[in-house]
Amino acid sequence: MISNIGNSILFFSVLISLSIIYLSLKNLSNSDRNINKNVYQLSLFQSTLSIICFFSLVMAFIISDFSVITVYQNSHSMKPLLYKISGTWGNHEGSLLLWVIILTIFSFLFLIFNKNHSKKFRLYTLISQNVLILGFLFFLLFNSNPFSIVSPIPNEGLGLNPILQDPALAIHPPLLYIGFVGSSIYFSAALASMLANYSGKLFAQSIKNWVLVSWSFQTIGILAGSIWAYYELGWGGFWFWDPVENASLLPWFAMTALIHSLLVLEKRNLFYFWVIILCILTFILSVTGTFLVRSGILNSVHTFANDPSRGVFILIFLSLMILTSVFVLFNKFKTSNYNIKYKSKETFILVNNWFMIFYLITILVGTIYPIFTEVLTNYKVSVGPPFYNSVIIPIVVIFLLFMTVGPKVKWINDRFDNISFFLKILIASIIINFFIVKFFNSYSWLSNFIVISSIFLIISSTNDLYRYFKNKDWNLSRIISHLSFGFLVLFIGLNHNFSLEKDFNLKVGGKKSFDNYSLEFKDLTLREFQNYKAVIGEFKINNKSQKFNQTLYPEIRIYQNPNTLTYEASIRSGFLKDHYLTMSNIDRSEYYNIKFQKKPFMIWIWISVVFLALGGFIRIFKNVKINY
Amino acid sequence: MLKLIIRIIPLSLIGFIIVVFFIGLNKSAIYDTKDLVGKKLEKIKLDHLSDNIVITDKDLQKNNYTLINFWASWCVPCLDEHPFLVQLSKEKNLKILGVNYKDNKNNALKFLDRYGNPYHYNAKDFYGKQSIVFGIYGIPESILLDKELTIIKKFVGPINKKDLNFIKMTLGNL
Repeated sequence: MISNIGNSILFFSVLISLSIIYLSLKNLSNSDRNINKNVYQLSLFQSTLSIICFFSLVMAFIISDFSVITVYQNSHSMKPLLYKISGTWGNHEGSLLLWVIILTIFSFLFLIFNKNHSKKFRLYTLISQNVLILGFLFFLLFNSNPFSIVSPIPNEGLGLNPILQDPALAIHPPLLYIGFVGSSIYFSAALASMLANYSGKLFAQSIKNWVLVSWSFQTIGILAGSIWAYYELGWGGFWFWDPVENASLLPWFAMTALIHSLLVLEKRNLFYFWVIILCILTFILSVTGTFLVRSGILNSVHTFANDPSRGVFILIFLSLMILTSVFVLFNKFKTSNYNIKYKSKETFILVNNWFMIFYLITILVGTIYPIFTEVLTNYKVSVGPPFYNSVIIPIVVIFLLFMTVGPKVKWINDRFDNISFFLKILIASIIINFFIVKFFNSYSWLSNFIVISSIFLIISSTNDLYRYFKNKDWNLSRIISHLSFGFLVLFIGLNHNFSLEKDFNLKVGGKKSFDNYSLEFKDLTLREFQNYKAVIGEFKINNKSQKFNQTLYPEIRIYQNPNTLTYEASIRSGFLKDHYLTMSNIDRSEYYNIKFQKKPFMIWIWISVVFLALGGFIRIFKNVKINY
Repeated sequence: MLKLIIRIIPLSLIGFIIVVFFIGLNKSAIYDTKDLVGKKLEKIKLDHLSDNIVITDKDLQKNNYTLINFWASWCVPCLDEHPFLVQLSKEKNLKILGVNYKDNKNNALKFLDRYGNPYHYNAKDFYGKQSIVFGIYGIPESILLDKELTIIKKFVGPINKKDLNFIKMTLGNL
């Protein structure tokens, strides 16, 4: 039943997309100043239908309709409601349906929120966006149909992978998709802008909010994924340079570059084609990421079930996208003389873009390098964290210095009369770093530079914040994002240097002392939950120097459907540090393997990222207030 | 002319990447583990992780069953499967050969020290060269062999509870 509804809606959506393209083309050639009402109505109808379609799949998950193959493979009647719902996008087919929804909703919203922009530009955007929608609808219908049925109908589903049954992971895909599927709209707008000759300041204004929306959501989405990895994967890290993580980071760098160069386009009408290239690049990287993850060409911690035929489809789609956009770009490209002085904000924004592109290329190369060596030389390699850490981290130091100075430089030409101010805060940063090293712990020379440069940025941005509250003449969203980025780097640096990790075996009643800590294994209980059983340990942690007691309860969970064992870390988050404890059983022994970690400033790493994204949201609200 | 060159360079680069992706996609067919089952491994020669000795197929032929596990200290999923390997190391008919893949010695030894050493033999493949013979394309991966060194099964990705039961069943202990 639900399968029929879903399939009919998908089929109907194809027809609507075709009619929107047809009507828009017809509308382009007539002389009306406004867009035909039918186009609006169809677009509204289209997004409503795709929402209904998605909810019918959610419904199939909620009522456990195992005649639908996606539900059968990814759900189980005993699962809690939240994870039945999140199971909808916890698999390839369902998540593609989410793609289509976001494509259609953004398409409609872009249409209605840009009423004061040129008709031709908006129609071309709509056409291009609908071509993308058609592509994904065909992909859904012919390759990855979420509404395929199984016969005979199974009595029970196979269940959702237990490590995906987690609140942070339930919201992670939708957030991330708003980010990188959202970038489709400025991909379409970029093509439209070239086709309609609608360039410069007006173009920048029409897309800037969409770039901000996708950037902010992408940031929060990456954060949710990191938090999940931190407490679910059970070994205390939060970033692993895994291909899937890299895939989400690539468009993020392109978006960040875009946000900054859009400022130049809007203020000074420069870098038009560079902005166009970034718009196209962002969405192409999003689709490339999807290709890498879904096709199975790369193996990673969280690969979906692989199927090369998907890969072929996405690759063809990707090639068509690239070809079309490169074709349009080459046809419309005009060289222009960028007459900018090196002592100007324009230059600094350009420098920001160089850094972003550098990071982007580094991570892209690291991610796809294994595919190349394998295809070309049959030599199998994998690129691990040491590569990324050694290439990226030293460059961050220089980047932070530019990031501090850049925002204070004036447009067009600056005399740089505030050098003494920067020198003062640089000296202050060096002194603060000296005290950290002196009173806490020393670290590598590179870490010294990281800490100094991040404090440099923090002091400078704090000073801006102070001036903002005094005169309101500064840009609050920029200050918040830059300040929190400084804190993010600082806390990651300190966390890296001051973490403590201990590993040992204990049995119930046992006690272990190290540094200032003592850890006691008090008790072990077995409890039954709705969809799993858990062995729960009770551990008392005592810190002699700081005089505190904490009790932590790490678990070993035994899930029935599918039959899996997971180790749940017990984490006590604190203002200054987290205590992180995992236990695993040792076969045929009464001993348990215990891993204890002290992770300083974890909560501040999360908070920094939240504020980083908040900067984006504040700017969106401000823009909307001014424009509408 | 210059304009043309500037246009051709990015286009050919993109074209090249797409072609490589395409070949890469089809290439993954050789990883089909079904083809590997029943194949006999010959001429195994691996350097020991810490000592100056060589582990060969002759050493493995002494065992009823051998599990070759490819791992590294930097590999996240390797930690996931580690408890299962520790469990398997207590099986009587089975010996485990750990091949440390693209790692460095200190980190590898630290890892074994910290999480326990489930391996009866420790070999190294710091450049990832020897592992190619075994068809390894990402770690962790494991290969279960019988006495004649015929492949019974290849496990791509971390060993889980199901794989553990499969191995135990093969050994006749379940």
